[in-house]
Amino acid sequence: MHSSAISIWFFIGVLLSVYGALVLAYGIFELVTHQAANVVLANLHAPVWWGAILLGLGLFYGVRFRPGRAE
Amino acid sequence: MFGLALTSPAAGLFTMPAKAALAFDSPSLAHLGLLDIAVIAIYFLMVIWIGFYLKGQSNTSEEFFMAGREMTAWIAGLSFVSANLGSLELMGWAGSSYQYGILAAHWYWIGAIPAMLFLGMVMMPFYYVCKTHSVPGYLKLRYGQGSSFVAAVSFAFMTVLMSGVNMFAMAEVMKIVLGWDMNFSIIVSSLAVAAYVALGGLRSAIFNEVLQFVLIWGGAMLVPILGLVETGGWNGFKARLAHNIATGDVPVGDYTHMWRSMGHFADNPMGIHWTGIVFGLGFAISFGYWTTDFLVVQRVLAANSLRSARLAPVIGSFFKMAVPFIVILPGLLGLVVLTNSNGSHMQLVGENVVKDCARSASGGAPVNLSQCSADLATTSVLPATQQAVLAGTGDVQLHSYNEVLPLMMVRYLGPGLLGLGITALIAGFMSGMAGNVSAFTAIFTYDIYQPHIVKHARDDHYVLVGRIVTIVGVVISIGAAYLVMNAAGIMDYVQALFSFFISPLLGVVLLGMFWKRATKAGGFWGLLIGTLTSIGLWAWVKADPSALRFVAISPDAKDMAENMYRALWSVITSVGVNVIVSLFTKPKPLSELASVVYGVTPLPKEEPVPFYKNEWTWTGIAIVLFLALNIYFW
Repeated sequence: MHSSAISIWFFIGVLLSVYGALVLAYGIFELVTHQAANVVLANLHAPVWWGAILLGLGLFYGVRFRPGRAE
Repeated sequence: MFGLALTSPAAGLFTMPAKAALAFDSPSLAHLGLLDIAVIAIYFLMVIWIGFYLKGQSNTSEEFFMAGREMTAWIAGLSFVSANLGSLELMGWAGSSYQYGILAAHWYWIGAIPAMLFLGMVMMPFYYVCKTHSVPGYLKLRYGQGSSFVAAVSFAFMTVLMSGVNMFAMAEVMKIVLGWDMNFSIIVSSLAVAAYVALGGLRSAIFNEVLQFVLIWGGAMLVPILGLVETGGWNGFKARLAHNIATGDVPVGDYTHMWRSMGHFADNPMGIHWTGIVFGLGFAISFGYWTTDFLVVQRVLAANSLRSARLAPVIGSFFKMAVPFIVILPGLLGLVVLTNSNGSHMQLVGENVVKDCARSASGGAPVNLSQCSADLATTSVLPATQQAVLAGTGDVQLHSYNEVLPLMMVRYLGPGLLGLGITALIAGFMSGMAGNVSAFTAIFTYDIYQPHIVKHARDDHYVLVGRIVTIVGVVISIGAAYLVMNAAGIMDYVQALFSFFISPLLGVVLLGMFWKRATKAGGFWGLLIGTLTSIGLWAWVKADPSALRFVAISPDAKDMAENMYRALWSVITSVGVNVIVSLFTKPKPLSELASVVYGVTPLPKEEPVPFYKNEWTWTGIAIVLFLALNIYFW
């Protein structure tokens, strides 16, 4: 790989972080306003924990494979 | 009760209808809000960013066509398995599992794992050591220009046609699921694919395939998780399924075992015998696809070392074994959890029934009432549901098997998550298209243009040709998409055409790789007559459907069995002709076979690594896991 190249894992980290943040923010909005979407098992608040998982994974990969970080 | 949640209408900014942003032209299964549209838009921005970023790393032909042979085992492995994980696959096999049960998992396990491991551990050293750029390139080294040219032209032609079929299929799915105009879907997706492949070459295609793989898991894994929560786990699902079978909501059948009903063609709904699954699917089709189809092999050839190239398919095999969790399981769960808006159990039907029972734009009873009634009589749909459909009360809408995955997404995924699920489907389509286009570009430039049109040009000339051919490939794909759109029957023919070449090619490559005596004439005639055998058997059954009893060796065989046995006969013919012709023709001297044939190719010694990094260790674990899964679901 090119020594100064951005790793694919960094791109994945950025994308998962953005998606995780959006989904988590919506999940918190639902939780606070009690306006749950009309989906089955809405009481499990999947956007909150799934968004948090995506955000956590995204941050891990984004930081771990950030450009310029020595391998 | 939620019934079938056809929309995700939570209040507020997040779910404001986004019709103004997109070209809608028909009623749809799901409605996206602004949050969902934002998720999709971010994906498009990301792939274009990647394309522009990688442009600076695709300056030589080795970089543009082979991704510089710098991919790690993980990237090559995920790309390898992702190239076969398009949205048509996801939706089609989810629909098949709703229809046939867990039998559909055969295509992910015995129909993939042995071949992937064989590619990695046995065949990869030869592909890698001879430094070929493509599978036709290997044929050229082993058999000469004739076989290589035939394989290159047929592959290039079929690849670009398949790309068009994928494009059309994506547009149709987006129309059904989201109500998007088909022209809009085709233009936007093809522009994005043309941009990022022309800019970044194979490296860009591979990066997007890895991205797609992550998106598919991130977007689709929640569906089976929530489905299992709703049914009370696997045992709870089986209990509810048994109840539904007892009440007639689900047709009688064994939906949770893979081998028990394979003793006779008539014992399972697919009309297949275990010999067809093991030898037809598990060998002829699977080995043909996973070891000789350049679309997937190209990903592994881009690995940064022989060890990475061998490990890549092994890594891919673990993920391939896991794919049924997000494809087969949602289809099975659909059998017990999907409900109509009136609370009754939803029963999915074939595409033809949905089309024949379509209502007019103003609603009401089906337009073609008599045909709809006749079609419904052939299904297992309950009488009360049939009455509701024919009366057009609006409580019950018919959906096809192929819609089970989007239906399950709409059932469980709210704003944002639904956008993620839809993005996963779009990403699957686009990376499938990009895979076809990048393979087409490499084959055309290396195996047609360079040896036959402009032989000795500068390296940057070939890179420029590659970029232009990428655009041309996308344009031809668009043409093929519109051709398929205007002549629906062509799609079946195009897909059948693709199957004609794969299995005979397997016979030729295997003999070439493992039998020193195979000759140039043997390879050519084996490939040609094997292909003609496949075409002949297909045409025979097409002209006279009763011929299926001879091709698939049973009067109880069905269409899927025909594909398997046809592939098997064509491999046997290809190998047989190759052997016979080779025995009567002069073989190449051994000195010319170094690096392409087993027994005369010195394999490079690799540095010893700890056992947990050794490819044989992981191959052993993959074999044990593969056997355990088949035994558990026996």
